Amino acid sequence: MIHSLFLINCSGDIFLEKHWKSVVSQSVCDYFFEAQEKAIDVENVPPVISTPHHYLISIYRDKIFFVSVIQTEVPPLFVIEFLHRVADTFQDYFGECSETAIKDNVVIVYELLEEMLDNGFPLATESNILKELIKPPTILRSVVNSITGSSNVGDTLPTGQLSNIPWRRAGVKYTNNEAYFDVIEEIDAIIDKSDTKIFNLIFNSVEESDNFCVSVASVKKFHLPLCCYLQNPRLLDDVSFHPCIRFKRWESERVLSFIPPDGNFRLISYRVSSQNLVAIPVYVKHMISFKENSSSGRFDVTIGPKQNMGKTVEGVVMTVHMPKAVLNMNLTATQGSYTFDPVTKVLTWDVGKITPQKLPNLKGIVNLQSGAPKPEENPSLNIQFKIQQLAISGLKVNRLDMYGEKYKPFKGVKYITKAGKFQVRT
Amino acid sequence: MTDSKYFTTTKKGEIFELKAELNSDKKEKKKEAVKKVIASMTVGKDVSALFPDVVNCMQTDNLELKKLVYLYLMNYAKSQPDMAIMAVNTFVKDCEDPNPLIRALAVRTMGCIRVDKITEYLCEPLRKCLKDEDPYVRKTAAVCVAKLHDINAQLVEDQGFLDTLKDLISDSNPMVVANAVAALSEIAESHPSSNLLDLNPQSINKLLTALNECTEWGQIFILDCLANYMPKDDREAQSICERVTPRLSHANSAVVLSAVKVLMKFMEMLSKDLDYYGTLLKKLAPPLVTLLSAEPELQYVALRNINLIVQKRPEILKHEMKVFFVKYNDPIYVKLEKLDIMIRLASQANIAQVLAELKEYATEVDVDFVRKAVRAIGRCAIKVEQSAERCVSTLLDLIQTKVNYVVQEAIVVIKDIFRKYPNKYESVIATLCENLDSLDEPEARAAMIWIVGEYAERIDNADELLESFLEGFHDESTQVQLQLLTAIVKLFLKKPTETQELVQQVLSLATQDSDNPDLRDRGYIYWRLLSTDPVAAKEVVLAEKPLISEETDLIEPTLLDELICYIGTLASVYHKPPSAFVEGSRGVVHKSLPPRTGSSESTESPDAAPSAVQAAEQPAVIPTQGDLLGDLLNLDLGPPVSGPPIATSSVQMGAVDLLGGGLDSLLRSDVGGSPAMGGSAGFAPAPSTAMPANLGAPLGSGLGDLFDLTGGVGTLSGSYVAPKTVWLPAMKAKGLEISGTFSRQVGSISMDLVLTNKALQVMSDFAIQFNRNSFGLAPAAPLQVHAPLAPNQSVEISLPLNTVGSVMKMDPLNNLQVAVKNNIDVFYFSTLYPLHILFVEDGKMERQMFLATWKDIPNENEAQFQIKDCSLNTDAVSSKLQGSNIFTIAKRNVEGQDMLYQSLKLTNGIWVLAELRIQPGNPSFTVCQLSLKCRAPEVSQYIYQAYETILKN
Repeated sequence: MIHSLFLINCSGDIFLEKHWKSVVSQSVCDYFFEAQEKAIDVENVPPVISTPHHYLISIYRDKIFFVSVIQTEVPPLFVIEFLHRVADTFQDYFGECSETAIKDNVVIVYELLEEMLDNGFPLATESNILKELIKPPTILRSVVNSITGSSNVGDTLPTGQLSNIPWRRAGVKYTNNEAYFDVIEEIDAIIDKSDTKIFNLIFNSVEESDNFCVSVASVKKFHLPLCCYLQNPRLLDDVSFHPCIRFKRWESERVLSFIPPDGNFRLISYRVSSQNLVAIPVYVKHMISFKENSSSGRFDVTIGPKQNMGKTVEGVVMTVHMPKAVLNMNLTATQGSYTFDPVTKVLTWDVGKITPQKLPNLKGIVNLQSGAPKPEENPSLNIQFKIQQLAISGLKVNRLDMYGEKYKPFKGVKYITKAGKFQVRT
Repeated sequence: MTDSKYFTTTKKGEIFELKAELNSDKKEKKKEAVKKVIASMTVGKDVSALFPDVVNCMQTDNLELKKLVYLYLMNYAKSQPDMAIMAVNTFVKDCEDPNPLIRALAVRTMGCIRVDKITEYLCEPLRKCLKDEDPYVRKTAAVCVAKLHDINAQLVEDQGFLDTLKDLISDSNPMVVANAVAALSEIAESHPSSNLLDLNPQSINKLLTALNECTEWGQIFILDCLANYMPKDDREAQSICERVTPRLSHANSAVVLSAVKVLMKFMEMLSKDLDYYGTLLKKLAPPLVTLLSAEPELQYVALRNINLIVQKRPEILKHEMKVFFVKYNDPIYVKLEKLDIMIRLASQANIAQVLAELKEYATEVDVDFVRKAVRAIGRCAIKVEQSAERCVSTLLDLIQTKVNYVVQEAIVVIKDIFRKYPNKYESVIATLCENLDSLDEPEARAAMIWIVGEYAERIDNADELLESFLEGFHDESTQVQLQLLTAIVKLFLKKPTETQELVQQVLSLATQDSDNPDLRDRGYIYWRLLSTDPVAAKEVVLAEKPLISEETDLIEPTLLDELICYIGTLASVYHKPPSAFVEGSRGVVHKSLPPRTGSSESTESPDAAPSAVQAAEQPAVIPTQGDLLGDLLNLDLGPPVSGPPIATSSVQMGAVDLLGGGLDSLLRSDVGGSPAMGGSAGFAPAPSTAMPANLGAPLGSGLGDLFDLTGGVGTLSGSYVAPKTVWLPAMKAKGLEISGTFSRQVGSISMDLVLTNKALQVMSDFAIQFNRNSFGLAPAAPLQVHAPLAPNQSVEISLPLNTVGSVMKMDPLNNLQVAVKNNIDVFYFSTLYPLHILFVEDGKMERQMFLATWKDIPNENEAQFQIKDCSLNTDAVSSKLQGSNIFTIAKRNVEGQDMLYQSLKLTNGIWVLAELRIQPGNPSFTVCQLSLKCRAPEVSQYIYQAYETILKN
């Protein structure tokens, strides 16, 4: 199981270490640094590294490497999932998962790590249980604590830890029960260069993140089983559920029946594959070319919405990694603003909202390093966008039933379609 | 107010200040001080000097303070064991606390203190906690048993904690069950022989019930445990599968993959006609695809596993090609894995799409990725015949880009395509020749030279081209030199009139001016061939080449089956069985897939050995790399594809090496007598009978197999030890004479040496080193010569060996190059070790397994030998062989002949199966017929030698 954990920042300093069994010397991280050096780019460090006596399994999140040390055969996915959970917990507790946040709260971090893992076995990873055990830091609380001498560690047994529904505290009663659902769908696609016609369309996942969120407001929560009816559940190719969902009912009736956890949570993730013909909501016209034997090139990109949408495409941002030979870019945007970072060679164009009457366009000259050969590779365009009030897959929440209460729980459903890994090849 | 303030005091008297604060009367100040101590500890500062002061703070009602002190204790108790005892009383008291949280905390912390004295006090509280009324405490205590076992295994067994732990599997609380399973699994891993996790249908039922209710982590432990269970029939397997399937929809990817493992394993038992089988196949695809939308690290592990799944059951993902398409901002490790899977899934139906993608990748920025993409195009051409033409034109397009590394890579793969489809695409040669000047990498140059040599008759200026390479002959790498030599010889055989001068030039360059023995040897061989019998030379050099294999990097079926049992583990990421790399797990019981039961129960049915079916479905493959004949036909090029990154380098070296040497043994019969060879003079010529043209078995995997090392656990055995022979004569080593032999006793190999000083001066400072060799033999201890060796004295040394050294394929396979150093000089010699020192003690195969494996290994891998003049009867043969770890599994009498079926295993895990036919009769004329089957057929002849040695001595 997990032996030790090292947190390493981008400049290669180990700023935190935690051992759950015997102490492993920091020098084991040298193998990691070696791999990091070889990978050049931080993102390319292989997640599993073998050393003569240990295995290092690492993740890279928010500019921090979480490097765990393993000594016996263990499922690497388990370790990786756990490390992400650790990062999520830090995010949850400190509002951000950064080196400063961790250093500022080093004792809480230590207490959390101790609570999350025992002898390498996960102990308490649910956020509600952890929060009962160790109170998250707030300015107010630290002031109060220092006056009254009370601590920020709970001294009662967290009730959820023992129940069969660990995601929920027992015996919570709320005066009013309300549920809000967010259906967030993400489109993953690679669009081929053949004349903007979608050639390689991959709906790796139309959706990715929080689909249904139950109420944010602290008093309005459920303690009763809920039943959520979807309009066209057969659309979904694959689903993964929060443990609270009763799988049997889904299998037999395609109904989501569950006792919701407190607070925000991801109820279900699903994937709709490209077999179900789902329209791509935007198109991109592009002309990027570099002239042979001259140190310049042309750049011309137009983004437009597809017809029959009825909804506005907003929050459009395009990022392009330009070839290394590009020195700078001299462009004019009909809408929004663009920046080009000559060091990283990243062009960012913040478009904003697209109005079909006047399509946003970015056009101009690319200046290349003089004497450098014409770049071979064509840059891919990475596009982000957001469409409110639309679930592109056609999925709808039809009805929400609650057992044991007469009144209808308020049903608020918000649909958002976003771009996931949306790439246009040129 | 943040914790960073705890780091600010870096003045001189920091420890002193903290000490004062810790002893303060004020509670608040104490707590702050402990926090400061912890903060220093987290960054690796040594605050152990404060131990007594911190421990004094332990007796408190404040839970936070208590936890902090516990944290400190866990970290430093080891360095201050005597002080740690002071804490024991508080621990024991806390274990009785009415609050279950405190009880659990106390027992948990106590288990983390790795001090013997404390563990003694732990037993009683632990026993109570294991039976605590509160499941939270029981669950914590279960893990504590695992901790204690890690510190003192004997104590845990003596105290009967293991039985209590086993009882907890039937606990009413699912979380307790999950932790008990986790703890038992961890303990079982260090005790492979123990039957801690012997599951029966009842306990399986308990686990399956707990599976639905416990946490995600618990589900992983339970699923991994279930995967070790062997259902008694297909019905039970199906019912387990049905109950595991819902886990495929879990949000935690580790749960999903563990569930996939259980399903993949138990599926083996289901009949393919069953409706349920088809349903299950369909259910497996979506979750695997979903894994690919997770974080890159998760994707990587998932992809490595999908790679295995695709090889085992390609039907699962055959329609999902698109999800493996590469995004430009994927990390490189994800890109390379995706590419590999794309090629595995490539078929006639989707090849157009795949090629378009690959072409796209070939214009990316990342050089490594581009190279791999170009290679992938070549692999597609070889795999899907219908696509070959399209692949070739794609490659030509890429060559037109004139991007240097793309062109070079394309030329290397086109060479492979030529080999696969001879006389089909030669029209492109002209285009290739245009790029001759831009080639600067040895592999590409060698490929180009091979093409020119091979098609010399169609290239008008072949002689000019080759001549231009010849100018810088000495600056080329060996690979190119060898290739150039052969190409020119080919050219000469095809156009003898114009090229006589050229061939003489290259032969003299190779034989006279080169330091490289391989090159010299090959030069001499060609020279003699050409001078003695040009017709024979033509037959040898221009002979028909074996076709290139379709998939060179398929994992060997038995290894694949084993790896399927390890889906989701590190083994699956490295594509090696855990015994090959996980420390401390030597002698792990190899897992195997369950045999199919149900409709077809008889062992005769093809379904009985699932892997046999698998093997039969694959087209007969002929290796591309390392086959000896191929070498003579001059393919020195490295393997066309690279397998998993870890093994590649050694495999490549091995292949090249094999090529170099293989030539010698093959040619020995042609040339008569061994040609003058620097290092290899004086070898007993290897019998050259067994050199089938098709060495069978994809060598890529065979080599991989050869190279993963496992150690056998020794039982008592004393195998035959040959008498000592002189290895290094005194005249060659400034007076040091070394003679020796190899022996294997009780599972350990040793090299017994006699060092004799025949010089006039005293010798001292002995040291020994082995060159890399086929089985990774390496000295396990330094050479111990205690006193200096006086003139005319000799000393006998037994040098223990192990098989964990670096591996490089040697030729002959059992060749060992040794360097011995003393105060005078360093000397080199090489020797051949008998293979039977590598036969491990656990080489006895199960009867069923033997049958299945025998069928599974293709017939091409069978080698037949005769052992003459063996004057022993059957039983004596059997017992004699047993002494050297060749185990007789069955004995039969057919038509008056005795048949012995035997198995043996080499230290690197290669199994060799043997059928020994003994004709009784006049004992002095007994002839034994030996048939050997092995997945790595190149070992066969050495096994035969071992047999002969053992039986005749």
